[in-house]
Amino acid sequence: MAVALILVLIVVGSVAFHLLSPWWWTPIASNWAYIDSTIVITFWITGAVFVAVVLFMAYCVYRFRHQPGRQAHYEPESKRLELWLTLVTGIGVAAMLTPGLFVWRQFITVPQDATDVEILGQQWQWSFRLPGPDGKLGASDIRLVGPDNALGISREDPNSQDDIVIEGGELRLPVGRPIKALLRSADVIHDFYIPEMRAKMDLVPGQISYIWFTPTRTGTFEILCAELCGVGHPQMRGTVIVQEQKDYQAWLQAQASRTFARLTPTAQ
Amino acid sequence: MVDVPLGHVGPVPGADIEDVELYHPHSWITKYVFAQDAKVIAIQYSLTALSVGLIALVLSWLMRLQLGFPGVFSFIDANAYYQFITMHGMMMVVYVLTALFLGGFGNYLIPLMVGARDMVFPYVNMLSFWVYLLAVLILIASFFAPGGPTGAGWTLYPPQAILSGTPGGQEWGIVLMLASLMVFIIGFTMGGLNYVVTVLQARARGMTLMRMPLTVWGIFTASFMALLAFPALFVGCVMMMFDRIFGTSFFLPAIVEMGQPLERSGGSPLLFQHLFWFFGHPEVYIVALPAFGIVSDLISTHARRNIFGYRMMVWALLAIGALSFVVWAHHMYVSGMNPYFGFFFATTTLIIAIPTAIKVYNWILTLWRGNIHLTVPMLFALAFIVTFVNGGLTGLFLGNVVVDVPLSDTMFVVAHFHMVMGVAPILVIFGAIYHWYPKVTGRMLNDTLGKLHFWVTFLGAYAIFFPMHYLGLMGVPRRYYEMGEMSFVPPSAHTLNAFITIVALVVGATQLTFVFNLFWSLRHGKVAGSNPWRATTLEWQTPETPPSHGNWGKAPPIVYRWAYDYSVPGAAEDFLPQNQPSAQAVSGEAHG
Repeated sequence: MAVALILVLIVVGSVAFHLLSPWWWTPIASNWAYIDSTIVITFWITGAVFVAVVLFMAYCVYRFRHQPGRQAHYEPESKRLELWLTLVTGIGVAAMLTPGLFVWRQFITVPQDATDVEILGQQWQWSFRLPGPDGKLGASDIRLVGPDNALGISREDPNSQDDIVIEGGELRLPVGRPIKALLRSADVIHDFYIPEMRAKMDLVPGQISYIWFTPTRTGTFEILCAELCGVGHPQMRGTVIVQEQKDYQAWLQAQASRTFARLTPTAQ
Repeated sequence: MVDVPLGHVGPVPGADIEDVELYHPHSWITKYVFAQDAKVIAIQYSLTALSVGLIALVLSWLMRLQLGFPGVFSFIDANAYYQFITMHGMMMVVYVLTALFLGGFGNYLIPLMVGARDMVFPYVNMLSFWVYLLAVLILIASFFAPGGPTGAGWTLYPPQAILSGTPGGQEWGIVLMLASLMVFIIGFTMGGLNYVVTVLQARARGMTLMRMPLTVWGIFTASFMALLAFPALFVGCVMMMFDRIFGTSFFLPAIVEMGQPLERSGGSPLLFQHLFWFFGHPEVYIVALPAFGIVSDLISTHARRNIFGYRMMVWALLAIGALSFVVWAHHMYVSGMNPYFGFFFATTTLIIAIPTAIKVYNWILTLWRGNIHLTVPMLFALAFIVTFVNGGLTGLFLGNVVVDVPLSDTMFVVAHFHMVMGVAPILVIFGAIYHWYPKVTGRMLNDTLGKLHFWVTFLGAYAIFFPMHYLGLMGVPRRYYEMGEMSFVPPSAHTLNAFITIVALVVGATQLTFVFNLFWSLRHGKVAGSNPWRATTLEWQTPETPPSHGNWGKAPPIVYRWAYDYSVPGAAEDFLPQNQPSAQAVSGEAHG
């Protein structure tokens, strides 16, 4: 009796916690509302299963508890019941997987008009590189990293001359424009994570990974590292400021002094 | 309608081989120390693993103290914190859960449950334990080595695992960790081959595969999987050891270490992740499948009802085992691997939910129309279902590739895997110990202490890990020594963290009642008799309790029926032991 009651209380408590707790996702600031919708669908389906299973258990524990004279029912299997349950489970799983895969396709298909932004992680700070007026990022190689070239940008590549380099500072992005973040690491694996953007992807040394998103509201958001990268991991923070287009352009103009060519004049 | 061939009394095949002559120990040392009796080896494995578990428990306290009360305990700095989480994780997954389920329960239960006199290779079995102990000692030694143990996280991802920014990366820590894992795998291989071969070759007459208890099926499948999965980890360890000591570049591309370019190029950090998770995901099921098997037997025995859908249960175990080898990259959705892998691995991962769900249904359908005795083992089995269902369902979030993006690497993941492969299997281990302790020692564990232990552990663990999901949903990353200021985290989250820590301290301390119970009941427990739970499986039918060397006295048992003849209509008792011929107790109509 007590056991059945406690099982019921676990269900009631869990559902109440879910509905009433102050801890929920951060208000979204990107185009990935679909991800949130898929999470909500998943919460409904899995929540229903959890409630049903535990309540059924509670019922069994109460109804079929040992009493003098009770004998259990002998029934090794029931093919119909098992088939039926398998089918229902299959449908539930498909209902979660299908929207998930559709959204994933969008998630990895970068729009043609996305602006490239390079994000470089190293123990334990973030640096950024924006393409200059030519709209192209120049080539880079970790072996070129030096005191005056923290991002290892190629001096030979003409595309790199007008690239704007922001070391350890804050990244600015225009609102409403798709961004393709090109992710590089100079040392260990890091992870570029902005909770409000629902964006997260590892930066792996030796390769360039990517993620894309469109900021949908202005504001200041924190960049966290989400992959253990050594003792300084929790301190590896950055900031992204999403601005209106005209504010962003004004800021971009002001960065003309921070082109790669200006920062490392020996390149000329 | 219920006429299935499972319990059908067929002719028992003649003995293929003569009863074997066992190795006979001649001294106390060969009987209890360098023992070749699987039952003694099982106890050696179990006590060692439980001791490592206590160390890992203390480590979890220390990390929770830091998370709940950041900055209060000056001896926990960032280095120490990362060392604690790394050692806690590796110890629990490999040195506690794997060793306890396979080395402990496998050794004790396989020979007894299949009606064998011992494992087929007793000497190798003995070596297996001593090599395991060596692995544990190497692991513990890293606490005393210069620089301390590695703090790379239990996943040991290179390059950081072998660089100076990580505790133990350029010192002894990572070297000892890799060495210990390699030694562990060598030891496990010796044991694992034994378990598989014993199940296949040494079953008693009449014990067909489809009459085996699900405990044996679970341990057998898990051992088979471990033999296939651990080599991937072994290879990864060898390569990383080479990278660390000989300067090779298996996992290191051209990188910079603290501003200085390193003389490495061409390696792939992702290669290690593939090797690690090719082992790591099956590892989850290497822990889970024995728990599935054991819990099936606990539920059936204490609900006095046959396990529902036995054949489906066996096929589900095998399907999960096979599928678990093609889902590994769901740990790597945001690792920077080719994103098109996401479609494949999300699909396989969600498909694995189907056989897993079937198992859950069959457990609760076994309770349905049963005759449920709420013994301590049964309570733990019920709690297992609650936590496993909870943790399994959150797996559907993380397995669904796009949902994983916001949740990956957050506290949601920590909550999920602790619920599903931490709390759930450990509840089964406790239930199993309360269940089989009478066979091992001849005495019952104390019931009152057991219930206290159960309620605090179950409700406490649920209170620790259920709310933790919501921290992750909010975006709090895992493996943060301190949250510090995060603009999106309200102060109430810190209160929640403090609450979790306090509950963790209480739950941890309560485990002492269990340890006390283990020792106290050895002398003062109620005398159990040979079959206190009135169970059908062979281990309860031994001529002596505890079973002596060789298990079966003069002749090994002959098996006439499956393992689940509980409450058979017309039978005199509500259970029919597997070695009981039909004529004695079953009416003609019922199939026994």
